[in-house]
Amino acid sequence: MSAAPESPKERSKLINGQTGPWEIVIGLEVHAQVLSKAKLFSGASTAFGAEPNSQVSFVDAGMPGMLPVINRYCVEQAVRTGLGLKAQINLTSVFDRKNYFYPDLPSGYQISQYKNPVVGEGEVFIDLPDGETVRVGIERLHLEQDAGKSLHDQHPDYSYVDLNRSGVALMEIVTKPDMRSSEEAAAFLRKLRAIVRYLGTCDGNMDEGSMRADVNVSVRKPGAPLGTRCEVKNVNSMRFVAQAVEFEARRQVDILESGGSIKQETRLYDNRAGETRSMRSKEEAHDYRYFPDPDLLPLVLEDAWVKEIAKSLPELPDEKKARFMKAGLSAYDAAVLVSERETADYFEAMVRDGADAKQAANWLNNEYFGRLNKAGLTVSTGPVSATANSAIVQVVAANVISGKIAKDLLDIVWTEGGDPRAIVESRGLRQVTDTGAIEKAVDEIIAANPDKVAEVKAKPKLAGWFVGQVMKVTGGKANPQVVNAILKERLGITEEG
Amino acid sequence: MTLPSTPTDFTLAEARDAVRAKKISSTELTKAFVAAVESARSLNAFVTETPERAMAMAKASDARLVKGEAGALEGLPIAIKDLFCTKGVRTTAGSNILGNFVPPYESTVTQNLWNDGAVLLGKTNMDEFAMGSSNETSYFKPVLNPWRARNSNEGLVPGGSSGGSAASVAANLCLGATGTDTGGSIRQPAAVTGTVGLKPTYGRCSRWGIVAFASSLDQAGPMARTVRDAAILLKSMASVDPKDSTSVDVPVPDYEAMLAGGVKGLRVGIPKEYRIDGAPPEIDALWSKGGEWLKAQGAELVDVSLPHTKYALPAYYIVAPAEASSNLARYDGVRFGHRAAGIHDVLELYEKSRAEGFGAEVRRRILIGTYVLSAGYYDAYYSRAQKVRALILRDFTEAFKKCDVLLTPATPGPAFAIGAKTSDPVSMYLNDVFTVTVNLAGLPGLAVPAGLTRDGLPLGLQVIGKAFDEATVLRVGQSIETAANFAAKPATWWRAA
Repeated sequence: MSAAPESPKERSKLINGQTGPWEIVIGLEVHAQVLSKAKLFSGASTAFGAEPNSQVSFVDAGMPGMLPVINRYCVEQAVRTGLGLKAQINLTSVFDRKNYFYPDLPSGYQISQYKNPVVGEGEVFIDLPDGETVRVGIERLHLEQDAGKSLHDQHPDYSYVDLNRSGVALMEIVTKPDMRSSEEAAAFLRKLRAIVRYLGTCDGNMDEGSMRADVNVSVRKPGAPLGTRCEVKNVNSMRFVAQAVEFEARRQVDILESGGSIKQETRLYDNRAGETRSMRSKEEAHDYRYFPDPDLLPLVLEDAWVKEIAKSLPELPDEKKARFMKAGLSAYDAAVLVSERETADYFEAMVRDGADAKQAANWLNNEYFGRLNKAGLTVSTGPVSATANSAIVQVVAANVISGKIAKDLLDIVWTEGGDPRAIVESRGLRQVTDTGAIEKAVDEIIAANPDKVAEVKAKPKLAGWFVGQVMKVTGGKANPQVVNAILKERLGITEEG
Repeated sequence: MTLPSTPTDFTLAEARDAVRAKKISSTELTKAFVAAVESARSLNAFVTETPERAMAMAKASDARLVKGEAGALEGLPIAIKDLFCTKGVRTTAGSNILGNFVPPYESTVTQNLWNDGAVLLGKTNMDEFAMGSSNETSYFKPVLNPWRARNSNEGLVPGGSSGGSAASVAANLCLGATGTDTGGSIRQPAAVTGTVGLKPTYGRCSRWGIVAFASSLDQAGPMARTVRDAAILLKSMASVDPKDSTSVDVPVPDYEAMLAGGVKGLRVGIPKEYRIDGAPPEIDALWSKGGEWLKAQGAELVDVSLPHTKYALPAYYIVAPAEASSNLARYDGVRFGHRAAGIHDVLELYEKSRAEGFGAEVRRRILIGTYVLSAGYYDAYYSRAQKVRALILRDFTEAFKKCDVLLTPATPGPAFAIGAKTSDPVSMYLNDVFTVTVNLAGLPGLAVPAGLTRDGLPLGLQVIGKAFDEATVLRVGQSIETAANFAAKPATWWRAA
């Protein structure tokens, strides 16, 4: 083996080949569909799932004499996203034509931004499970129109074209080659998705194709200059991104280690086979003949307008996380809660209703989220309101019910609904703090189990058995602290086992 | 004012006044023009005649006239270049590739005309996709110039690309016509047919619904028998259009009312670079005469220089084909227009449909345009041409510090014989040597008939103005028109017996 890596963290990101460790270098190009009712250059609707060719204007169909007119709202969404990525907003940008022939590209060119994008450099911070934070640089964000869809499976001899997507606004977000593992790539996508969803600029729905990624992968020996990269096209889930990176990196290492060299090329990820396949080499790459679209004037933004958008930006995950941590949450709990805006909002509603932040976070992470996941629900679709969960946390905190009963209470509210406080009363879930009643129970159990008493005296850890017995006879409602205290006194245990 | 005895000999202004004064109905007027169009088929000026629509529109106009709801062009029959999309009326752009394309929409300029009450006689022949200076590249065969040289039966070209419009105005087949001008396509045919043609400032008329040739240069304008008629038509055609991002929001004045006032005190620039070697002496003589006429009416002649003029034609033949190569990509046989038969895959569909659909000149320009935009050539050609364009605009800006308008010849010579220049594209391109500069700079330019050659063929002069100063350009044009007293009309040899 070669020299030991500098730190275990660094080490974990390397992959091992026969000639030693290799470093994976990853950059992403993410296409995010702008959340907008109308297309980028026409008034046609963008709703998903409509009848083929039912949402196509003459502009989208490339009819003779038709002209594009920029949709101001789409620009606003791009600027908002740029601000959310802490990026430079370019007050002047240019739309270019990217020329190529394809049946689902009606004009024979895609209107995009080539040399002068609307958004320049920015950054995104990603949190890794081990607590490390990694900065991923954003190279640029530009606006462009989507193409239509070719349907090859509708007829034995013909291909069909659906132009509903033609002209839909996309943001292409390009990162710097700053990621070093498939986990980081997936974490970046999750974070980017969270940011655009917080901003309301993209729904982040990868199933419907509103977020798609092209993944640039290269490998190198640690410390060596960047290797030749391959672009893996159209990877449409977080899981596939990770798989594509793993496969592609391994493929490249194998080639390099067997004395070959990497050809710069575009590859396609086949999620069924779990592999990448060559699509076209650099030599076969299109000559897109970019030039400024003469139908559109340069896009000039007013500084005041950009500032106005900046002012209207919501609190983003990073800021929210910092605020939650200040309120006493662990980095992990805070990260989980801010990963979706609706989750963070739910949590905050619980706190607003009177729950302690830390207790609310624990309750959600340890109890409620698990049930939601199992049921395939989210905080918005789940059956228990933030107010109800807040009430449960509060009655536990006030020692009205025990933590164990709280789970039963959640079950009741989950299936039957209702006000948790009222349920506590109506079903008699209130925990017993009446010392007399507990003392009585304790004494009876001690009297009935002399052998256990002897065991506990020798091994104080076994006191738990008595706690369990007391709980059993009190129907779980005895206050555990009181039970413990009395047991300790009666059994003569001086310190915790 | 005494009216001509034949309604088709009316100027547009005369016809308008006669219709308003109920001296003639639109129906009578239109019937006369429909008959004139039918009897002049040997000129091949129309690709599509719309007599039924014309009579229906005339009837509607007469009804509005009775109700006192007459628009500015109420009941006046005009011809439309076949580059303007007309709802429900076949639009060919002079090309086979559009096949029997019938637009489901109306161009903004023609809609403006119909809104003002104009009557559609038909769609006029033109060079294919407006690429040509002689109307010989039309898929629908050349147009004949109504003018013939004295003592000659040789067929002459009407200029191009708006040759059908020019010929139909010259032969009194309509009261006026629309043209489009990308490098001289209104002014050059106007000059060689003894008619008035105005290319307005870029952005004055909407390009929406006009089949695009070179988007940054294309501009619609009027072709008419008199300067006054051109002024009337321009007022109706011009508008700012939210559907065309490059149209400009400058108020449209009453150009006709602004014709009065003469040229006293106006500074008329004479650019020395427009004196070219090898031009017929008649051109230079006419140019000098034009200057003298204006001087005699109180204008001041100023010598100016436009030093980059000689680079205009080469720059034009880079920019225009580049944009055309992209604009014409949409004609792919997929959605509308000509589709080749017996094809097996999409590449063959493109190749055969386009090879069959486009004529030689269009193919040549697509190839030139594709070449100049290619990777590695873009900077040498397209970027440079754009720089030249900026210099040409600067030339004009500098010149207009010393003068109010410029006076130049409109063409390097009179109409030439059919077939005389078809084998030599460069000599054909040179027809636009005096007109392309104006397109590159986006300025208004007017061709006005000024005299006849020794052989009895019309020659025109060009007045170039500041951006959006069409009013002054027209005023100067009318002064030339008055002084030239150009009353000659071609013999009506084309009339069907």
